[in-house]
Amino acid sequence: MVIEAGRTERHYWKDLWRYRELFYFLAWRDILVRYKQTVVGLTWALIKPFLTMVVFTVVFGKLAKMPSNGTPYAIMVFAALLPWQFFSNALNDASNSLVGSASLISKVYFPRMVVPASSIITGFVDFLVSAVIMAGLMIWYNFAPDWRIITLPLFLGIAFVAALGGGLWLTALNVKYRDFRFIVPFTLQFGLYLSPVGFSSSVVPQKWRFLYSLNPMVGVIDGFRWAILGGQPEIYIPGLIISIAAVSAALISGVWYFRKTEKTFADVI
Amino acid sequence: MSNPVIKVESLSKKYIIGHQRQEHSASLRDIFTQGARNFSRKILSPFSRTETGGQAATTEEFYALKDVSFEIEQGDRLGIIGPNGAGKSTLLKILGRITEPTSGRVSIKGRIASLLEVGTGFHPELTGRENIYLNGAILGMTRAEIKRKFDEIVAFSEVERFLDTPVKHYSSGMYVRLAFSVAAHLEPETLIVDEVLAVGDAKFQQKCLGKMDEVSQKEGRTVLFVSHQTGMILSLCNKALLLRKGEIEMAGTAPGVVTHYMNQITTSAPSFEAAFSKDRDISIIKAEAFSEEGKPETVFKHTQPITIAITCKINKWVNEAEIRLGVRDSRRNVFTTDNEFNVKPEGGSDTVLARVTIPGETLRAGRYFFSLMVFVRKIGGIDSVKDSFSVTVMDAGSKWATEDKDYGCVFVNCSWELAGS
Repeated sequence: MVIEAGRTERHYWKDLWRYRELFYFLAWRDILVRYKQTVVGLTWALIKPFLTMVVFTVVFGKLAKMPSNGTPYAIMVFAALLPWQFFSNALNDASNSLVGSASLISKVYFPRMVVPASSIITGFVDFLVSAVIMAGLMIWYNFAPDWRIITLPLFLGIAFVAALGGGLWLTALNVKYRDFRFIVPFTLQFGLYLSPVGFSSSVVPQKWRFLYSLNPMVGVIDGFRWAILGGQPEIYIPGLIISIAAVSAALISGVWYFRKTEKTFADVI
Repeated sequence: MSNPVIKVESLSKKYIIGHQRQEHSASLRDIFTQGARNFSRKILSPFSRTETGGQAATTEEFYALKDVSFEIEQGDRLGIIGPNGAGKSTLLKILGRITEPTSGRVSIKGRIASLLEVGTGFHPELTGRENIYLNGAILGMTRAEIKRKFDEIVAFSEVERFLDTPVKHYSSGMYVRLAFSVAAHLEPETLIVDEVLAVGDAKFQQKCLGKMDEVSQKEGRTVLFVSHQTGMILSLCNKALLLRKGEIEMAGTAPGVVTHYMNQITTSAPSFEAAFSKDRDISIIKAEAFSEEGKPETVFKHTQPITIAITCKINKWVNEAEIRLGVRDSRRNVFTTDNEFNVKPEGGSDTVLARVTIPGETLRAGRYFFSLMVFVRKIGGIDSVKDSFSVTVMDAGSKWATEDKDYGCVFVNCSWELAGS
């Protein structure tokens, strides 16, 4: 092995593979630690999305009387909340992940990409936990999904890639510019209302639809609703394509930027 | 035939300190204000050439390492010493791939594991058991590997009883023991260790040293060890590297380099003199070394006796006062102390001149430091001067003269008997 100035590691991807268990261990640590010394433990992963769902249902469904195309509003909201919460938790955790493990980064070598990636896995575990609520709601409303449910992993995959791409960018930037620690939660808060979480995207005027789809979460959320609820207007294909293109661009550029700045992390952090 | 495991060629690491800090996180605002300032300066005085110069003045280059080259052979245990800021940690960080060099090149054979500070990656909320797995994974072990060595790690760390207690409740000693145990059971070709043994009790330190010895000598692994404790470097390493201001000042055998370093950081005079103090009953006011011929000397041949003359001034005589002479070697180990009881001067003189002679062929080559003390048993010291002055002993042709290893500091006339079968 040769260490040289300005030389990108040839074995990087091989190394990443060799450290694959570290993904698992870091995610496992985060999950284990998160609910230590809490009374209700993992239940917190249920309470937060559940209450958000209740509030959204009341505010958008009951008070604002937004259309839900015949499905129970609660289910419609939750079908969107599920991917949104995954995305926003994963992105937020990922963007803070490098700074949060500063002590590791300045002391031990491992492919740094493991850190943000594993925090997305952590978000995924939370996603699985809150999926239990989804199942509960469907039983409660006697709502059976059709074949389309099998396309769910595709949309989940888009959210995954979106979180990873964005996370790589943000966490690398956060190492150098701590401003992102404030920018990210703030932006995500806006994003919750800019994405069709509390309402159906069908309320967005048709002429804005294309532009609106630039937000990759629009495609993901619409996809989730389409896959889970069925019976909805057909999926907006150009929007989905834009979403996929956008997240792919984010991932590729994110990897590029991360790899570019990775070498200086230990000096800067 | 040299077959270096690690080959370092003109390695440099530059940091930029000053206005645009490289090692510190810059705020976005800095970027914007810097940009705005440059922009406005350009607008206001477009023909001035000073702006670039003005910015450069606020940054400063700093070489943490400068053109460092060395080689490490398989199985070597290399100690790295040097004063603070000499670049020791930077060097280890580059070797451990934590940071990148600015220029130069390092070629490494095999896996390298770095252990900079203990308990890297330990999470206080997790139990000992969980941390073993986590830490192992961080240090590059696979889960199967950790599982295989789990019992060994636990046994070595001596924390069996607390395995399921969160490590935040551990004492710092237990913490270190556990952390070191995980790292000690890694199987890298090269292990980088930085000051890990600073904590933990003496018994455990011995155990760690033993383990590292075993790792390097029996298993032929290479160990890089950074420590301020030169004694530890001597007992663990066979080679050493002295860094100063980012450059190699000396490289060689551990005893040679450590001695050189110790001599450097000692500001001990060739003789000792102190003012008489009325606060003390008896004060040591002067001490000096003389040769057989009665000449003051600082360098002796190993065959020459060394006479040390100690002058004490008495304010008020204390019964049973004795004068003590302690001799320490360059590693600051006290290896002998001698004393004299009957030092009360006759005829009411207020000064005592004590002469103590270390016979020739006692001390081997090296530098020796003399501690002086006026002492009363069961009461304690009346006056004491640690490392009051030093002398250097040169080996003028003993049978050990050509050996470069550390074979101790005294000659002992042992008798050997040999018998067949």
